Amino acid sequence: MDPITLSRWQFGLTTVYHFLFVPLTLGLGWFVAYMQTRYYQTRDETFLKMAKFWGKLFLINFAIGVVTGIVQEFQFGMNWSEYSRYVGDIFGAPLAVEALLAFFMESTFLGVWIFGEGRVPEKVHLASIWLVALGSNFSALWILLANGWMQHPVGYVINEAKGRAELVDFFALIANPKGWMFFWHTISSGLATAAFLIIGVSAYHIIRKQNVDLFKRSFQMAVVVGLVTSLSLFLAGHTMGQYMYETQPMKFASVEAHWETSAPADFSIITIGDLSGKREVWSWRLPRVLSFLACNNFDCEVRGVNDIQAEYEALYGPGDYIPLMVVTYWTFRFMMTIGFFMIAASAYFLYLSLNDKLEKSKWLRWMPAMISLPYIANMSGWILTEMGRQPWIVQGLLKVEDAVSPNLTTLDLWISLIGYTVVYGALAVAMVKLMTKYAKAGPDAAMHESVDVVPALVGADD
Amino acid sequence: MSYETLQTLWFILIAILWIGFYFLEGFDFGVGMLLPFLGKKDEERRAIINTIGSVWDGNEVWLLTAGGATFAAFPHWYATMFSGFYLPLFLLLVGLIIRGISFEYRSKDPNPAWRNRFDWMIAVGSFLAALLLGTAFANLAKGVPIDANMNYVSPNGFVTTLGLLNPYGLIGGLTTVTVFLLHGANFLTLKLEGELRERARAISKKLYLAAAALTTLLLIATYIYTDIRTKLGVNPGIIPIASYAALLLTISFINRKMEGWAFISVAAHIVLTQITFFTLMFPRVMVSSLNPDWSLTIYNASSSQYTLTVMSIVALIFVPIVLAYQGWTYYMFRKRISTDKKTLIY
Ligand code: HDD
Ligand code: HEM
Ligand code: HEM
Repeated sequence: MDPITLSRWQFGLTTVYHFLFVPLTLGLGWFVAYMQTRYYQTRDETFLKMAKFWGKLFLINFAIGVVTGIVQEFQFGMNWSEYSRYVGDIFGAPLAVEALLAFFMESTFLGVWIFGEGRVPEKVHLASIWLVALGSNFSALWILLANGWMQHPVGYVINEAKGRAELVDFFALIANPKGWMFFWHTISSGLATAAFLIIGVSAYHIIRKQNVDLFKRSFQMAVVVGLVTSLSLFLAGHTMGQYMYETQPMKFASVEAHWETSAPADFSIITIGDLSGKREVWSWRLPRVLSFLACNNFDCEVRGVNDIQAEYEALYGPGDYIPLMVVTYWTFRFMMTIGFFMIAASAYFLYLSLNDKLEKSKWLRWMPAMISLPYIANMSGWILTEMGRQPWIVQGLLKVEDAVSPNLTTLDLWISLIGYTVVYGALAVAMVKLMTKYAKAGPDAAMHESVDVVPALVGADD
Repeated sequence: MSYETLQTLWFILIAILWIGFYFLEGFDFGVGMLLPFLGKKDEERRAIINTIGSVWDGNEVWLLTAGGATFAAFPHWYATMFSGFYLPLFLLLVGLIIRGISFEYRSKDPNPAWRNRFDWMIAVGSFLAALLLGTAFANLAKGVPIDANMNYVSPNGFVTTLGLLNPYGLIGGLTTVTVFLLHGANFLTLKLEGELRERARAISKKLYLAAAALTTLLLIATYIYTDIRTKLGVNPGIIPIASYAALLLTISFINRKMEGWAFISVAAHIVLTQITFFTLMFPRVMVSSLNPDWSLTIYNASSSQYTLTVMSIVALIFVPIVLAYQGWTYYMFRKRISTDKKTLIY
């Protein structure tokens, strides 16, 4: 493989891996903060146990988010040095601000939260978990503004003499609608991911009649949040789709496998293409729905891949401007299907738990397995976002092939690619082992985590 | 502010971030490397970890911020250095990963084999990180093969960065390791109680000898391998001498059991050495060993004036806030840590 392909694989792998842990951090932090606050207000021991139990899972997950994030920060310079030169004037700013505003905040106050219990005043201890949650969501905002700029560059000029893009309007950068839509969608997905984790783990314990009161309360909290945020995911996603049509029409058309410009346009439910993914063979379509998705109107014209390709060739010179359609098309459908499922599942369980019929539902035992769905949706969403932008690394300005570090050899890249894969694989094993162990052990083990108590309670399976 | 003032200001700011990182994470790395050697029993190891438990992540963010600030203020510096030092940085990242995860995971399972494995990962990760940082900095001063397009050229076209493993780079790396070890031992003497504290004190005497010997070697090597005799950035005056003196003073503090002062003198040594490094470099940020004109300077590597202005405003507002709350956490957790199981947080 050539250095570009290797760099892309490495970046894709490490970023997707990082983002496996990020959403849970983003969402679960708020839950734990809320539970601890309820304890502070009511002095009800159950809330304390809830905060401890979910807090433990939060920490196990958080640790991997942190260590894989460091890689992200360095990779732009390491693997994409031409990219860094070209956009550093603009893109570096949100990254630096993220570190200064967000990373310091969450890492410092997480330390206070873990080690401060009983040493700092209770109010300070409570404030620290809120600051951790706030900090991680801040970090998401800044990184998404950075990513939003790559999808839809704003507030810049091209400096021909220096051969790079330069920032002229910082406020345009931080007001970029693309970034804020990403933020809205991602925050919702974080909360939804956390909600489904809580639903799944609680279901496991409710079925086994362990700590039923505690887990029912958690369950109820999670289904409410799950319903609201999965609806919000849908709304945000729909808004993003329309904005995508405006700013990245090629991505939009290839997400829908919409080849020819038409008015009105149909939404395809299933399409079969040729092996390259660049030719349609057969499809099944919903009339007019695509027009609605693009512009909230069932009759408008939606431009097709072929037209846009011709337009781009005229604008940017000859080349292939069509992303890998199989990927954009199917990732979107995974994500959407899962989104609808999550709305339905949280509505159904909210209804049951309000009417106190939870234990009777035979669907409950499926919920632990459903924890994986938001993860699949998250991955699909990012792969769609990033691969739909191909061949651009910065939409309309810089292509991926011109962004890679020119000095790296194939051997360099093989060493790091294999190295990351091995290290990340080992991390995943340790993390899944601990997560399952603590999730199954329940709140009592989490209450007394110390050398003496842990072995007796949860060490049996070791 | 004029463009040049801004460029200088950002050079200083990035230098401060590195200095802060070396000062703070320096003792973290030292503590990490000492962990399996000083701690014999599980409570002892846990006590050692807890001396840095609440702060190590915050300390590491100094490195992330230095990286982010370099990207924002000097994109070419960021691009050339990070792609040029590719494999060392990859190993540094591996070191930071295995270390960071182990702090959180080592106590999550009572099995001694599990814990021992993670303790060693902390030590190895800290060692790798210290060694590679030291090597990288030494090579920055010595110069690396940078071509007219600001790209690091690989000498053999096979693996980019083997060239960094030259004698001077390695001396720099090993010196950093021993100084950090000493810094860590002093920190432990300051934070622990009882027998463990005495053990840390005893080991700091030995580490002092190694650190003093290697620092002297580095000093001599710097005259041989770098161009400082012919090309000084800013004359650092007595700073390097003060730095060396601070290190030599340490032993008398250790011998008189004044661990606070021993800690301060090594800290001063680290800070002053970094200041020396940055004054020697200024206004260069990376030296080209192929052609002096191809070196990266704060002038040819920087962002636009507009970006620097915006970033200055952000930094002016937020750096003091960050310093305030980080300082506050050190104050909050200032008590010594004992190996008593009842007070130990796992
Ligand atoms: C639990 C996770 C989850 C769920 C259920 C959904 N999404 Fe999503 N989606 C993401 C998680 C996600 C994400 C990982 O968070 C992405 C990647 C980039 C981003 O900002 O959000 C994303 C990206 C993303 C994009 C790409 C935006 C762009 O590149 O401009 C679109 C159009 C949608 N989503 C639309 C939807 C729709 C219509 C959904 C239907 C209910 C939906 N998403 C459910
Ligand atoms: C600010 C945040 C992000 C930035 C700046 C960014 C930037 C990049 C860059 C530079 C590449 C390499 C070029 C390419 O092959 O397209 C890339 C590819 C990729 N990124 Fe992102 N990314 C960001 C966030 C994410 C996240 C959070 C994910 C998901 C987990 C993600 C998923 C991917 C994937 C899957 C690829 C591979 C695409 C391919 O091979 O074509 N990205 N992104
Ligand atoms: C490819 C671009 C990305 C970069 C450069 C990046 C950078 C980082 C870094 C350096 C950390 C570790 C921070 C620490 O040590 O405390 C981290 C963790 C994290 N990042 Fe990412 N990240 C990227 C993608 C994303 C995205 C898209 C999001 C959110 C939508 C996100 C949100 C977070 C969160 C919440 C964590 C969890 C742990 C923590 O922040 O400490 N990151 N990221």
